[in-house]
Amino acid sequence: MMALLEVKDLKVRVEEREILHGLTLTVNEGEVHAIMGPNGSGKSTLSHVIAGKPGYEVTDGQILFKGEDLLEMEPDERAAKGVFLAFQYPVEIPGVATMNFLRTALNAQRKARGESEYSTPDFLKKVREVSKSLNIPQDMLKRGVNVGFSGGEKKRNEVLQMALFEPSLCILDEMDSGLDIDALRIAADGVNALRSPKRSMVVITHYQRLLNYIVPDVVHVMSRGRVVKSGGKELALELEASGYAQFEAA
Amino acid sequence: MNVAVAKTGGGRAVSDLFASAEGRLPGSPEVIAARREAFESYERLGLPHRRIEEWKYTDLRALVGEVLPLAAIPDAGALKRAAEAVKAHAIEGARKVVLVDGVFAADLSDVRALAPEAGFKTLRETLEKDAGLLKTASTDAVIALNAAMATDGVVLSIADGAQLSAPIQIIHIATAASASAFTRSRVAIGKGARATIVETFVAAEAKAYQVNDAVIVSVGDNADVAHIRLMDDAPDAVNITSQFITVGANTKLNLFSMTSGAAVSRLQGFITLAGEGSELSVNGVNLLKKTEHGDTTLVVDHAVPNCVSRETFRAVIDDRAHSVFQGRIIVRPDAQKTDGKMMTRALLLSDEAEADNKPELEIFADDVSCGHGATAGALDDSLLFYLKARGLPEKQAQALLIQAFVGEAIEQIADDGLREHVIGMAERWLERRS
Repeated sequence: MMALLEVKDLKVRVEEREILHGLTLTVNEGEVHAIMGPNGSGKSTLSHVIAGKPGYEVTDGQILFKGEDLLEMEPDERAAKGVFLAFQYPVEIPGVATMNFLRTALNAQRKARGESEYSTPDFLKKVREVSKSLNIPQDMLKRGVNVGFSGGEKKRNEVLQMALFEPSLCILDEMDSGLDIDALRIAADGVNALRSPKRSMVVITHYQRLLNYIVPDVVHVMSRGRVVKSGGKELALELEASGYAQFEAA
Repeated sequence: MNVAVAKTGGGRAVSDLFASAEGRLPGSPEVIAARREAFESYERLGLPHRRIEEWKYTDLRALVGEVLPLAAIPDAGALKRAAEAVKAHAIEGARKVVLVDGVFAADLSDVRALAPEAGFKTLRETLEKDAGLLKTASTDAVIALNAAMATDGVVLSIADGAQLSAPIQIIHIATAASASAFTRSRVAIGKGARATIVETFVAAEAKAYQVNDAVIVSVGDNADVAHIRLMDDAPDAVNITSQFITVGANTKLNLFSMTSGAAVSRLQGFITLAGEGSELSVNGVNLLKKTEHGDTTLVVDHAVPNCVSRETFRAVIDDRAHSVFQGRIIVRPDAQKTDGKMMTRALLLSDEAEADNKPELEIFADDVSCGHGATAGALDDSLLFYLKARGLPEKQAQALLIQAFVGEAIEQIADDGLREHVIGMAERWLERRS
């Protein structure tokens, strides 16, 4: 199986403090990996570094995506190559209509890949299909990006983008935070519909609950900036019963 | 001390300028006398400088230095270049009135289409009989200079009850390099009229020129009027525009201005709410880069009770550019139940960009609601990262956020075609940036 994402001995600092102390992780094409761990273990840092968020200093190690050095790329180049981060807290962008944003982003990615821009009718048709399946009303798409959206709506908007942009790697950062069970089910159904042998996912979560809906192939436990244990989906259930304390001991 | 300053280089240059221009300046003997008086007043004051409170942030002596000689009457070549500029900047469907280097250009204008809703004359024609148009209550030196030197302008009167179906667009075109154009216009809008007036300032291949424009607007009762000023002059030009606007009762007036050109510019608006029950909305956008200096100075005078005024100003400042917003709201002793607010926001795109905001409230009535707010800051990094993570390159992500930032002011333009035109101007400015 081909490795899509290879994180090798990654060390990352934020403001002089090392958060990741040599993290190694390989995600093959088509696999869904869950990364679990207590608060402060470095889960979100990992997702931010993969997406290219400023403010993180990589002091050692590398990240390869389809064999290419991801750390050399700007965030927009990473997106065009097929990396998608579903944000834990999607930002509100007043004055930028969601529809305009979606079209601008999709066409920017296509342009970067040397593909032709979507025609307006094709784009609208596609957005309508996807938004319908995610229970996103059309009037929401006319509003500013995430402006006045509920927590569930914001997460569904992330899944909508995932469906439109068709990335090969989706990183879901705490997708379950702030969602009630119904909102979680809709978002998770949307994610499951996107599972494919050509697409990999990294599901970052604190709780096992999300993994009832998005069932992973591999589960990793992170603690203190490293992956400390990996296993099958049953590892998540073990953690639910025993907690993270066993990994917290120094 | 003032005398000594007035006698420095700048003052003498203008003196020569006036003497050499006198033969070209239209008007009856009475008008010429008024011009000479205005010129003497200017000469006493000299160009405004930082020690004059109203010009504190825009020191014309330092920024401009001298007033350039009057532009020549445009020849056939200049008019041909101007015709190209008209094509590029005309608003679709608008009736055009074109001034080239400060002179009315009949062949480029559609003044016949203005009748019967709007009467049209040139300033030149008007001054044959009447010196009134050269007089304003202002003691400002650049306005006195304008009165002395104005070669032409547009005198429009919109009939009572007229419902103009298309905007009237006054296009000021500069074709002459290293020369000045002085224009003065009057727009009188009748009772119950509905009209949109646009003023556009552009260059036709001209460089390093100066524009000094004044417009006197009166809006009758129960009218619904929009006045839009779009200044896109050459990057090394100077544009000083003064607006005097008087508003009647139960009237809606929307003012909008956008600055996306000129090395040094100042729009100074003096708006008097003189009739009760009127609503004034003033929106402005400054788009500045390199070392450009753009100043918007507004005085809103609530002279009567029960009026509402709203000012929204947005400045986008890149490189080492400098944006100035001075907003004064005056509430006269009788003007009870005044509701006046202004909000200014500056977006700084570089560490060396500068924004000066000076809001002032002068309130002499005791039952009013007035306020102001000002913010200045950079683009939000978290929004930028979100857009980049979705595939937008840095400049495109910035452009989208800048468009959203200025959009709040541009949205206030009611006419769809006109709003699209202004959005297009802002987009072109953003494209030139990247």
